[in-house]
Amino acid sequence: MFKRVLIANRGEIAVRIIRACREMDIESVAVFSDVDRKALHVRKADYAYHIGPPTASESYLNAAKILDVARRSGAEAIHPGYGFLSENARFATACADAGFKFIGPTPESMEMMGSKTRARQHMKRAGVPFVPGSEHGLDIEAAERLAEQIGYPVMLKAAAGGGGKGMRMVKSPDELRSAYENACSEAQRSFGDNEVYLEKFITNPRHVEMQIFGDEHGNVVYLGERECSVQRRHQKVMEESPSPIVDEDMRQRMGEVAVRVAKAANYHNAGTVEFLVDEQRNFYFLEMNTRLQVEHPVTELVTGLDLVHLQMHVASGEKLPFQQEDVRVRGHAIECRVYAEDPDNNFFPSPGQITRLISPSGPGIRRDSGMYEGWKVPIEYDPLLAKLIGYGETRDDTIDRLLRALYEYFVGGIKTNISLFRRILLDPDFRAGKLDTGFLDRLLARPYHEIDGQHPLMAAIGAAIFAATEPKGTFSEAGGSSPANGNSAAPSPSNWRRIARTESLRTR
Amino acid sequence: MTYDVVVDGKTHQLELTRGDKTWRCKIDDQEIEVDAALTARDVLSMLVGGKAYEIKRERSLQGELHMVIGSARYAVDVQDPRSLRTRRAVAGTEAGPQRLKAPMPGKIVRVMVKEKDEVKAGQSILVMEAMKMQNEMKSPKNGKVQKILTAEGSTVNAGDTLAIIE
Repeated sequence: MFKRVLIANRGEIAVRIIRACREMDIESVAVFSDVDRKALHVRKADYAYHIGPPTASESYLNAAKILDVARRSGAEAIHPGYGFLSENARFATACADAGFKFIGPTPESMEMMGSKTRARQHMKRAGVPFVPGSEHGLDIEAAERLAEQIGYPVMLKAAAGGGGKGMRMVKSPDELRSAYENACSEAQRSFGDNEVYLEKFITNPRHVEMQIFGDEHGNVVYLGERECSVQRRHQKVMEESPSPIVDEDMRQRMGEVAVRVAKAANYHNAGTVEFLVDEQRNFYFLEMNTRLQVEHPVTELVTGLDLVHLQMHVASGEKLPFQQEDVRVRGHAIECRVYAEDPDNNFFPSPGQITRLISPSGPGIRRDSGMYEGWKVPIEYDPLLAKLIGYGETRDDTIDRLLRALYEYFVGGIKTNISLFRRILLDPDFRAGKLDTGFLDRLLARPYHEIDGQHPLMAAIGAAIFAATEPKGTFSEAGGSSPANGNSAAPSPSNWRRIARTESLRTR
Repeated sequence: MTYDVVVDGKTHQLELTRGDKTWRCKIDDQEIEVDAALTARDVLSMLVGGKAYEIKRERSLQGELHMVIGSARYAVDVQDPRSLRTRRAVAGTEAGPQRLKAPMPGKIVRVMVKEKDEVKAGQSILVMEAMKMQNEMKSPKNGKVQKILTAEGSTVNAGDTLAIIE
């Protein structure tokens, strides 16, 4: 096993990996940019090295700087987390060339899966089911011919794409040309590659993915599916395992296809095979993510496995310690991605200082967080703050637990999307498991009134008591949080003390 | 102490009296006894007739006040009719010029009004881009655009005044 591992990431995932390292008696090396000196991952790690300015390309995306820290810190392996360099085959190659183990698949597997069209060609050979469409990037004339043949609506996608960039849905032939041009130019701008391919558009699809895991001795297992249909602008917001529509038989068929995909790519370590599922529960291969996923905790909770531990073991050359028939899915887990964004204002990012943090805990609640009270959320990176994961015996138990935990959760100073999860969890369609990738957009398009506003009088009284116990002169300062003003709102026996405190603050 | 407290648009008259251990509170002619303890800054524990409430206070950069009770959130405005400070603040919020401030660092993509334009509360004044997202900044009140202190394409910092509506 490794003695020291560098984590080339930040935020909650860096903390998650550092925790696994400590549990395994591996020393962790964190890296940080100028704005992350006080970030939680730096506080939790055994070693931490500065790697440059806030801009990701000069810090967390800078392979040369990260390899330099790996050398100086004496790390043997590099865990890339998700995002940043995690799916960069050149970085994986550079790690190997510099003598560091990259904790993930080989650069060859990453390359094969990195381009959607190339992955398609390989997977077709492995007999993996696909949404009807083109295997290659195609020009506008070929696109028109193919669309006519498979029938509208169709979807245009960037070959190098991801995260919804360079994607266009086309309903009729007269829309195709302009959509094609837009998709090409967006693909060029986002990925430096304007290759676009076309496939049939599946109406009301679900997004279901299968977690797989391979060792370096040819063993690959599947660890159950995750339902990821709750998305906003093609970004996942909530994930759960198992999926409400996947039964044992479908899980096995899907799992076996996923294992076939992994084997065709000679894949090892953690990976995820994404599928689109249509209304008849047919599933089609979408793509493979060659990294640990944000939503891996739901799989951990229902399988009882620790995927980061497993990554470390497998990367150090060990065999998988179990076989497919040992894997059991038990209970139900749901994850909420807590973002620094304002649900009342079009999900606009809301960075800033966290002035108050009250975190839920208790039975069946797991929190993977990168924030703490007093920390300032930087504007430079992804606004994911934390993941709140609920676990219970049944899906209903889990929903109730999460509602309880969300009731306890309070993040003050910045806006977060916590209230959105409550709205989703209380939605009758969500509770019934009736999901598709358009679910959240439809929910958000409906007007919404929080039914729980039963205590306006208490809010008024509370506000007045806050005002009455506040040292004078601090209340009206816009944006400023008042200085710590003691711990008791009980009527103070001495106003002198309060005045003295205010005075001393004023002269400072 | 007497306050006018506006909760989600509805005004409540409130009279607070400190008792020995509790507060006596007269609100909209209803007498309520409140045992209140500040458990942390911005976190108030209240016991009212045996019922427990945890009230969390939130203030935005623009100075808006919210009370959060469990999962419910209330927009609140506290006015102390006798306080000079409140009178000044009230003058600032309703009658006087209002500053439209940048909520975070970013870039101004579009300015949608000109100086001296008449605007309605909620009307878009400009579009700002930050963290790769575009956001419309809206007028806080009915009035006239007194000044625009930024231009399309310029970079702004959090808290910068972008426009003044009078």
